[in-house]
Amino acid sequence: MKLKRYRSKRKYDPILPGPREWPVVQLSRNRKEFLKEVAEEAYGRIKNNTRTKTALIEELETTLYKEKARIRQNPWKVDPDDEHQFWGKVKNELLEISQQKAKDEEKANKILYDIIERYADEIAGNFNTSHYRFARGIATFGFNRLLNAARVKKLGGFWSNELTMNDKIQINGEAEKLRTLAKKGTVVIVPTHSSNLDSILIGWVIYTLGLPPVIYGAGLNLFNISIISYFMNSLGAYKVDRRKRNLIYLETLKSYSALALKKGCQSLFFPGGTRSRDGRVEKELKLGLLGTAIEAQRSNYEEFGENAEKIFIVPASLNYHFVLEAPSLIRQYLEKQGQERYYVENDEFSSSYKIITFLFKFFTKGSDISVSIGEPMDILGNKVDDDGRSFDTTGREIHPKDYFTFQDKITVNKQREAEYTRMLSKKIVEQYSKIARVFSSHLIAFTAFEMIRKRNKKLDLFALLRLPEEDLVITFSEFRTVCQRIKNKIEERISEGRMSQAEHMNDKIDNIIEHGLLNLGMYHSKRPLIKTKEGDITTMDMNLLYFYRNRLDGYGLEKHI
Amino acid sequence: MDMASKNTFEKPIGVIGAGSFGLSVANLLAENSQVLLYARNKEARESINKNREWNEYPIHNNITAIDDLEQLASSCDVIFPVVPSANFRDMIKDLSPFLYPYHILIHGTKGLNLNLPEGKKLEDMEVLERRHIKTMSEVIMDESVVVRIGCLAGPNLAKEIAQGLPAATVVASPFNEVIQIGQQLLRSDRFQVYGNPDLIGIELCGVLKNIIAIASGALSGLGLGENARSLLISRGMVEMIYLGKALGGNVRTFIGLAGIGDLMATSHSTLSRNFTVGRRLAEGEKLEAILADMREVAEGVNTIMIAKKIAESFKVRAPITEILHRVLFEGLTMEEAVQYLMKYPLNVDVDFI
Repeated sequence: MKLKRYRSKRKYDPILPGPREWPVVQLSRNRKEFLKEVAEEAYGRIKNNTRTKTALIEELETTLYKEKARIRQNPWKVDPDDEHQFWGKVKNELLEISQQKAKDEEKANKILYDIIERYADEIAGNFNTSHYRFARGIATFGFNRLLNAARVKKLGGFWSNELTMNDKIQINGEAEKLRTLAKKGTVVIVPTHSSNLDSILIGWVIYTLGLPPVIYGAGLNLFNISIISYFMNSLGAYKVDRRKRNLIYLETLKSYSALALKKGCQSLFFPGGTRSRDGRVEKELKLGLLGTAIEAQRSNYEEFGENAEKIFIVPASLNYHFVLEAPSLIRQYLEKQGQERYYVENDEFSSSYKIITFLFKFFTKGSDISVSIGEPMDILGNKVDDDGRSFDTTGREIHPKDYFTFQDKITVNKQREAEYTRMLSKKIVEQYSKIARVFSSHLIAFTAFEMIRKRNKKLDLFALLRLPEEDLVITFSEFRTVCQRIKNKIEERISEGRMSQAEHMNDKIDNIIEHGLLNLGMYHSKRPLIKTKEGDITTMDMNLLYFYRNRLDGYGLEKHI
Repeated sequence: MDMASKNTFEKPIGVIGAGSFGLSVANLLAENSQVLLYARNKEARESINKNREWNEYPIHNNITAIDDLEQLASSCDVIFPVVPSANFRDMIKDLSPFLYPYHILIHGTKGLNLNLPEGKKLEDMEVLERRHIKTMSEVIMDESVVVRIGCLAGPNLAKEIAQGLPAATVVASPFNEVIQIGQQLLRSDRFQVYGNPDLIGIELCGVLKNIIAIASGALSGLGLGENARSLLISRGMVEMIYLGKALGGNVRTFIGLAGIGDLMATSHSTLSRNFTVGRRLAEGEKLEAILADMREVAEGVNTIMIAKKIAESFKVRAPITEILHRVLFEGLTMEEAVQYLMKYPLNVDVDFI
């Protein structure tokens, strides 16, 4: 299937008339009641998981221990001031219970509920329509100004309207279908994740497509900076704190997501969990939040039967020539591969200065970015049409309700749903590899790295990355030939519907290589690929080259080097 | 669990295929439920419905034979397909238009299906990739919307089950509910049912043991004794594990009931079809002649063809498979084959755990 192309200039009207209709507004208007529902749901889940009193107390103790360790070892600015107090209180209460002969279950339950309530409040976004408008306006206006200042090199460029975000960012693929389905049901957008920029970028895309604001899980680290925090809050983000890996937190988070979906809030999560450390398009997904989509769908069917609101999963791929954080991401990846060691979830966005430099670099230096919207599917990965009906591979209509049915009744079965989540994640990963757009920079990074690898067959990855400079030069004519060969192979796969590429790839190979060299990670102080004085190709940083090479991993292109 | 009160299934249970194992499964199910049995053969249907007997197997009164797949799929939520692997894909294709995501399929077919590019045959393939080789559950996934899939495997010699001798089976599925349903439906005081989540591994056990069963029959035909058979069974086990691992099975699965358990039964039993093929080959008969007068398919012959290609493609050591291939298709005699295996330079006993 060829992705439909949309003119980048095209404008989309909002699909819902006014903010009053936005589910996210409903949610924030009734924030208090909603959080109470979340807390009760999470409480039920955790009680279900810890069936005995002893198990519950154990869970509480583990949580306390982990939280105290987190506060000590990895405090963030965004953390509330009363953390010590709160967990101190939990500690005392647990101590009291442990000294009792007959453990007081009521008391343990109360502690659990308190922790859940606290987490729920922490996670919840604070959506506000006027803030949303304001923030969105500022973002679009600000981005456009910055863009013009950077690109239009003439006096008054800052106030010029010559360029807009639309010129900079292309949206390809099934955008129209996404809009249609957002009117018919609840859409869950699941993009790839490679940069901190993703959260901002996808927010802009959703606005541009005229979709009502979605709620999405954004890493808590982004909230460390007050200005970003303001934007995030306004744009409907809820907070995901990856430092907290205890059962109580995770269940509260899942309850939040599942209930929001049930209420028809369009949602977004990065199913890869965190940014891709090694530059690969995600091949394994985290199943926790994804599972909430399946759960919410089942629960809708239980409540409303055949006419229940449907949930649609829409994969999206964000494609860049560069990832600002690439050097630190790949370093973390290699450290982890090299030796199994605990590393602290780090925070590159630690100051407003850094984020502004980041954005400035993005606008001044970065070249095009594209966002590909994949084929929307139902919660089991079946195709859906514009009316939201599901179809099997032969084109026969099917009802997702049947997946939850046994002997004509909908049954609740967690293990079954966990398995469905795994199946859905496979379908999403398949789509990713199909819609991820190949850029000139990916092509040359892949080709160069694999040519060096082929010359050094005996070396393992780590030895390869430590090759001396003189072994890293590739003669241009050879490079050109192999690039052409790989490009042909990519085109074969495109005709089979297994890959897609950017428009700039429809050019002569020399131009593509030039384009790639110009764009590949161009603002890194050490460039992944450069031309030598003799006109040959070499790298200044093998690790970075490896990072960008990985984008084309998994298509079996290596054999053709 | 109380055996008497477990009849929680209002709908009849479906079985597809009236071969010996299909009939065994239908008879086991019939002890707890009403059974609809799809049989293509008109004579079989009539004999089952009227005489309560087919192919010397007695038929339980709760079984009704029918010839309509649509009726089967619309009446039954749980279906057990038990047809030879060569017909399996076509059967699922015929059934597929009537299947919905609420159906549960638990198959009992022990073979592999090849899914080669248009117009290619096994001989044309230089290397086989994993996507070319399908287990029966993968065929069901390919051809239908059913996702809750399981399989039956284990030492289940049809004739012994028919005689009511004690036996056990494994129901394998990634879905606990499928395992539980399989257990509820099949369990009786003479039949024990184990569960295993490694569906692919269990399917491969059932498939690969047929190779060793042929070899074991050959040893009997040559009169080589029990030391030799034990040697064969334990080395055969290792070979099954290598091949099974290459195709995505879990090693642990192979040392369970469906692995070593089934291997023991098929390697010792003169009742098994694959064993018979091996024995008659060793006695000097030609393969075509043997296959021509067998009433049912010996899956092992087809499996050897595929497994040999798999061993080459995945670079797995499989001397028993390779030598049997030469006996079956390249004119080597069984005596030569045994000599070759005894000289095979291999001396590590266990290197897979």
